[in-house]
Amino acid sequence: MSKRVNKINVTELDFSSVWSYAASPESTDHIKIAPRYEHFINGEFVRPTSGKYFKTINPTSEAALSELAQGNDKDVDKAVKAARKAYTEVWSKMSGAERGKYLYRIARMIQERSREFAVIESMDGGKPIRESRDIDIPLVAAHFFYYAGWADKLEFAFPGKSVAPIGVCGQIIPWNFPLLMAAWKLAPALACGNTVVLKPAETTSLTAMKLAEVIRDCGLPPGVVNIVTGDGVAGAAIVNHPDVDKIAFTGSTDVGKIIQRATAGTDKRLTLELGGKAAHIIFDDAPLDQAVEGIINGIFFNQGHVCCAGSRLFIQESVHDKVIRKLKDRMNTLVVGDPLDKNTDVGAINSAEQLGKINHYLKLGVKEGAEIWQSSCAIPRKGYFCKPTLFLKASQSHRIVQEEIFGPVLAVQSFRTIEEVIEKANNTPFGLSAGVWTDKGSRIFNLTTKLRAGVVWANTYNKFDPTSPFGGYKESGFGREGGLHGLSAYLKF
Amino acid sequence: MSIRNFIPTATIDQTGIEERVARLNSRSIKKESKVFALKMALNMIDLTTLEGKDTPGKVKQMCYKAMHPHDALPGIPTVAAVCVYPTFVALAKKELGNSGVKVASVATAFPAGQSSRDIKLRDTKIAVDAGADEIDMVISRGKFLAGEYAFVYDEIAAIKEACKSSRLKVILETGELSTLDNVRLASEIAMQAGADFIKTSTGKIQPAATAPVTLVMLEAIRDYYYETGRMVGMKPAGGISTAKAALQNLVMVKETLGATWLSNLWFRFGASSLANDVLMQLAKEAEGRYQSGDYFSKD
Repeated sequence: MSKRVNKINVTELDFSSVWSYAASPESTDHIKIAPRYEHFINGEFVRPTSGKYFKTINPTSEAALSELAQGNDKDVDKAVKAARKAYTEVWSKMSGAERGKYLYRIARMIQERSREFAVIESMDGGKPIRESRDIDIPLVAAHFFYYAGWADKLEFAFPGKSVAPIGVCGQIIPWNFPLLMAAWKLAPALACGNTVVLKPAETTSLTAMKLAEVIRDCGLPPGVVNIVTGDGVAGAAIVNHPDVDKIAFTGSTDVGKIIQRATAGTDKRLTLELGGKAAHIIFDDAPLDQAVEGIINGIFFNQGHVCCAGSRLFIQESVHDKVIRKLKDRMNTLVVGDPLDKNTDVGAINSAEQLGKINHYLKLGVKEGAEIWQSSCAIPRKGYFCKPTLFLKASQSHRIVQEEIFGPVLAVQSFRTIEEVIEKANNTPFGLSAGVWTDKGSRIFNLTTKLRAGVVWANTYNKFDPTSPFGGYKESGFGREGGLHGLSAYLKF
Repeated sequence: MSIRNFIPTATIDQTGIEERVARLNSRSIKKESKVFALKMALNMIDLTTLEGKDTPGKVKQMCYKAMHPHDALPGIPTVAAVCVYPTFVALAKKELGNSGVKVASVATAFPAGQSSRDIKLRDTKIAVDAGADEIDMVISRGKFLAGEYAFVYDEIAAIKEACKSSRLKVILETGELSTLDNVRLASEIAMQAGADFIKTSTGKIQPAATAPVTLVMLEAIRDYYYETGRMVGMKPAGGISTAKAALQNLVMVKETLGATWLSNLWFRFGASSLANDVLMQLAKEAEGRYQSGDYFSKD
């Protein structure tokens, strides 16, 4: 069939002329961003001991939005002391039902302010408003609601075991889903009776500071949640603080390894959610148009800044050309640009540094001999933007196939047999997620048992729910977040 | 591959289609792009009356409306066609003259299609001889569901021949086909048998033109175009009564088939009440406020 296609001279589909969508920007009139944010320690906003601040940049305009307190070991020490006091005197003694009430209140307040959170998330991080409004913020509220429900039922969650909170948890979160990752970490920790010192990522701390306002306004006892902003210095201070009982980290595998080394030999508990290089596998009997949509969601969701992104595409030989053609057409319809425009599909790359890293891989892929193809979409001149990109005819030995790019870049390979694709899919140091597209149910179950990945999506991709555990194999980390599994990471048995 | 054992070239995942539709429906169409699209939608309407109680007077009124949808507003295009039973084709043809508005006629024992090949061909011939520019036929759903795909294919091919130079729209009556896989397969059979357009529904069966069905058909048209280079048109009919739904359909066309299909040569709405809602929106865009429905003629 594919040979016949090549012979017929078919004009390319035209996705740009005749009718285009007018700009449809989300209003920012109601957004209040202070010129400066302090640490949130012991229920109060306090100046950093260093007296230093750093700017947070809007990746679309490249202009500073605000400045944030530069945290150091003294700030972290204050925060840990506040957390310890709150843990000992208040939070660990409070009944689960009472703790749950606070979590419900936080969830409801986030829902009430959801538009504000969504707009700030898009301004500070570059993600399209469609995603922050429809995915990130609703999931944030859902996580708080879900774990609020567990707070008074912990003794039934693990039958036959008695449970107790761990103590003071240090939580370090990444820049790709700023508020959502804060919710993933805070909600189960608080539900289980722990207190927290949280450090948001330095490029995307604004929604965490807005969350601090919610936490203060909901009347949560002082010191239960403390937020220290800053770079790796503050992160290291949390990891190395002797009075922290548990570290939960989401971020790069390199930093994860440093943290694991630092906590080795201490009695700190540790969960890590690290990088990924997921295999996304399309069989010839798959619903191809829906699979193409899955590929799009898999790699261009949040500009590809997703640890579980489907960044290695494997297409069965007999449908390879067909899928690539459909995929290219679909990519030509992607709207790349202003994250606040309601029609934007792919927003801004989070930071100049990340754009530099992605561009490095684009050059590298070409040098390695993969065939580069980019969407015909226009991208704004100002701001950090990257065209959705395919690398065709990639090979397992290419670094663009082996290493996590964390951008809108998809490496494509074809395969012939099921054994071959399983071997290639597992041939990576990572193991966070994978995707399978086929019309055949038995094949799905065959693959879910053989793919070494924490999450395997079948005939869909990048679906998240608070009830579903999430986490990795191998260098993608250990420990699970979400669901009942997510509770056990914050409890002593 | 024999036609008897016709196998669709793609399987359809309903959940995936619904998600894609939801995402397309989230497109925000504002300002000048909205006005442009509303006019385009109006110009794609097949103004339809298919009732037992239709009168020559009603058809005449509808033809005038087709040419002059709302003279109070300047710059309003005509609709694409009027769609009637074969008995009214000659009248409609005369009323529309050389206005450019086409006459479409349903045929082939519309709407059930429960008749012999012979009758269906005669029905078609009557409409064509009366001057119909377009023929809207129905497929034999019973035969299709029984798996007699060759019968369905042959029937469409025969009607296509009887159409001579009139364009053939093939109504799949998707509300009776049960699954999206069936919609896909019926679309492929119709296109391969020579359809110029594929059309969702007669308007007599519910559900009619749902967005998932329309998207599946648009994707079938695109895949057929990939393979053959031949363009086939699309006509969702029945159930699209609001301007918003019409714009959502246009977004689906634009992002599935591209700009080439964004004209009434390749895309139509089969509808009767849609025109007034589109006009009401156009008046609102022009004057900044909604007008009473009484300002828009109901024919």
